Amino acid sequence: MNLSLNRIKSQNQMTNIYIGSALLILSILDVFLNSFFRINISGSLPGNLSIFFPLILGFLGLSYLRTEYSGYKFLDSLNKNINTTNFNAFLTLFITFAILKAFPPALSWMVLDANISGDTKEACTGTGACWTYIKVWFKRFMYGMYPNELHWRINSAFLLVIGLGFVGYFFKENLKKYLALYYVVIYPIIAFLIIYYLISGGAFGLVWVETGAWGGLSLTFIVSFFCLIFCFPLGMILALGRRSNLPAIRYISVGYIEFWRGVPLITVLFMSSVMFPMFLPQDFFMDKLVRVIIAITLFEAAYCAEVIRGGLQALPRGQYDAAKSLGMGYWKMHIFVILPQALKLVIPGIANTFLALVKDTPLIFVVGLAEIAGMLALAKTNPKWLGFAMEGYIFAAIIFWIICYAMSKYSYNLEEKYKTER
Amino acid sequence: MNNKIKRILPQLLTILFVVFVFGFFTINAQVNMDNRGIDFGFGFLSQEASFDMQFTLLDYDGQDSYLWAYVVALLNTLLVSFLGIIFCTILGVVIGVARLSQNFLIKNSAAWYVEFFRNIPLLLQIFFWYYAALRALPLPENAQPWFGVTYMTIKGYYIPSMIWENLNVFMSCLIAAIVAIIFIRVYARKIQEKEGKQLPVLYISLALITILPLLSFLIGGVTLDFEMPVLKQLAQTSFIFEGGIALPPELIALVLALSLYTSTFVAECVRAGIQGISKGQKEAAASVGLTPNQILKLVIMPQALRIIIPPTTNQYLNLTKNSSLAAAIAYPDLVLVFAGTALMQTGKAIEIVGITMLTYLSISLAIAALMNWYNKRIEIKEK
Repeated sequence: MNLSLNRIKSQNQMTNIYIGSALLILSILDVFLNSFFRINISGSLPGNLSIFFPLILGFLGLSYLRTEYSGYKFLDSLNKNINTTNFNAFLTLFITFAILKAFPPALSWMVLDANISGDTKEACTGTGACWTYIKVWFKRFMYGMYPNELHWRINSAFLLVIGLGFVGYFFKENLKKYLALYYVVIYPIIAFLIIYYLISGGAFGLVWVETGAWGGLSLTFIVSFFCLIFCFPLGMILALGRRSNLPAIRYISVGYIEFWRGVPLITVLFMSSVMFPMFLPQDFFMDKLVRVIIAITLFEAAYCAEVIRGGLQALPRGQYDAAKSLGMGYWKMHIFVILPQALKLVIPGIANTFLALVKDTPLIFVVGLAEIAGMLALAKTNPKWLGFAMEGYIFAAIIFWIICYAMSKYSYNLEEKYKTER
Repeated sequence: MNNKIKRILPQLLTILFVVFVFGFFTINAQVNMDNRGIDFGFGFLSQEASFDMQFTLLDYDGQDSYLWAYVVALLNTLLVSFLGIIFCTILGVVIGVARLSQNFLIKNSAAWYVEFFRNIPLLLQIFFWYYAALRALPLPENAQPWFGVTYMTIKGYYIPSMIWENLNVFMSCLIAAIVAIIFIRVYARKIQEKEGKQLPVLYISLALITILPLLSFLIGGVTLDFEMPVLKQLAQTSFIFEGGIALPPELIALVLALSLYTSTFVAECVRAGIQGISKGQKEAAASVGLTPNQILKLVIMPQALRIIIPPTTNQYLNLTKNSSLAAAIAYPDLVLVFAGTALMQTGKAIEIVGITMLTYLSISLAIAALMNWYNKRIEIKEK
């Protein structure tokens, strides 16, 4: 293939470059005009040739352009990156054309033909997306059935909790040793109290709002936040238990971890909603949301434990021996020597577990808690707003994508920051 | 003495704690069940299920027992997992290899594919395909054929069904071919170890697996017919396809979402595996005179697979567990049928949720045990 194409090339490099760029530009222009302006310059060609015309043209153009070294920076980097072999050139063209073809319809659906004005379904007259739907339902998607005039309570609770999360940065040098204590014990308690009293109310003159009314993205945040802070310590204890040399503790930890890792989250949620009440004393009432948070925490703790165990195993034996030779006991050794190093190693794994947790929260929809997927299902079946499922799911997907992508990038930064020379 | 107490006391406390928790739960459960007049037992499994399932692989109707409903639902779960695993492997390997391409465009498209599909919750993806994308498909009467004989409509994907005659002859030929191939591989390895000769195992295997089943058509009296889906008018505006196999949209949405989502993780496993092989391995193999094909087959792949397979199996396991999300779009899988409908009808919460969890647990543990065995087998034996 290469040989036969080389034969049509001129001996003069400049001629090759001129012919190649002309052919390549022509082929891209053809696709571009075709998809953006619906002008088909190759329309006069017979039958299927018209479809393959840009592909063939571009392919010839790229094979003309392919040289060892031309002296032009742009051309050389082009050759090196996307035009090394015929196969590569073909894939390059294919991807470029696919993007060019798909871009205009997507753009016109999302932006050009879309509507965002008005307050009713009738305002959506275009053929594109109906963002009016999102606009009208936005508060519901964010806050669920929480009363409109009380949304400030959710907002301020979140701001307070986030603010308290940053307090650790401002600890003075002599307080730094209490940092872990703050984050593991004090912070969760304060956060719980803030969310409990501010969002559900019932005290300090705030109206009581039952958890059934909570919903939307804020519920996603609440559930993932609590599961995050509770599953990490539990996972750490389980990981230590699995590595313990006391057989009873080891077997119990192994059993716990393998059990929770072996069942799907959805059955765990079913268990929390239909089976768990049977296991509690008769008059004891536990809120559905609390049960769900407990269930997800127990479930994710098993995954967390396995990740942390990986870090513990990766530490060289010398670290344990050195700590022991200094006369440290089990807890002292783990808190001051082993865990700080092991946790540093497993940052990416922990971040992945947390990401999975955030992505799992929409599942609470199956037990009747209306977080964002639940609100979407509700909005979709509203008789006034039928037929906008696509917009709703794209909106939710974008929100989750941004959250998860930001988290994964943050974990990458964290990993870089705590990387120690080995 | 002090040391002994140090060892025994924590264990004793832990055991006491676990026993206490379990005891507390059991006693409460007994009290609660007594109060509500429910008794514990698995007798309900033989009762008539009296509910219908939309899509089944085996014959099932409402008169069958709960036990049979369980089996049928479990098969539906396994079907989704099986299809999902096949598609996610194909996609994952292609994307994973593409991420290592030298081509700037390919590399970045693959990277964006991974970033895109793995950062959106699976449930949302399933909903998107089911409620948004597949609902935009044409009605049966407007459907254009795909590949001539299959129809993608809003009511599902219609494909021709195969009507076999003497299927058992064909199957035994196929099995015979596979057994023969295994024997030939063992023999070829022996020959290679003894004499250093390499038999063209691949060609022989291909020939066997095509020729033996073909022979069954010519000699064994096996025939194969296709039943095409045909459009049929039920009423003025109501059309339906008859004949052939109908894959319901729930199944399609599930398999699509599961395989797209899991393929991103498989792609990362594949990439890590190939990157994990040092360049020196390839150069060393080339310097002892192996051809590029041999390098790939005998040096790179065995090492890369050792890194790729364990995490990939984990992903397969995740896919199987995630297939329980089927309940959210009413695909009759184990969770929907058993932990949903059957639980509602019988009220046996503890038994049914317990059975459902145990089923998934045993699938997971079985695969995990297989994996451990495999890992032990391929472990590098250092001296």
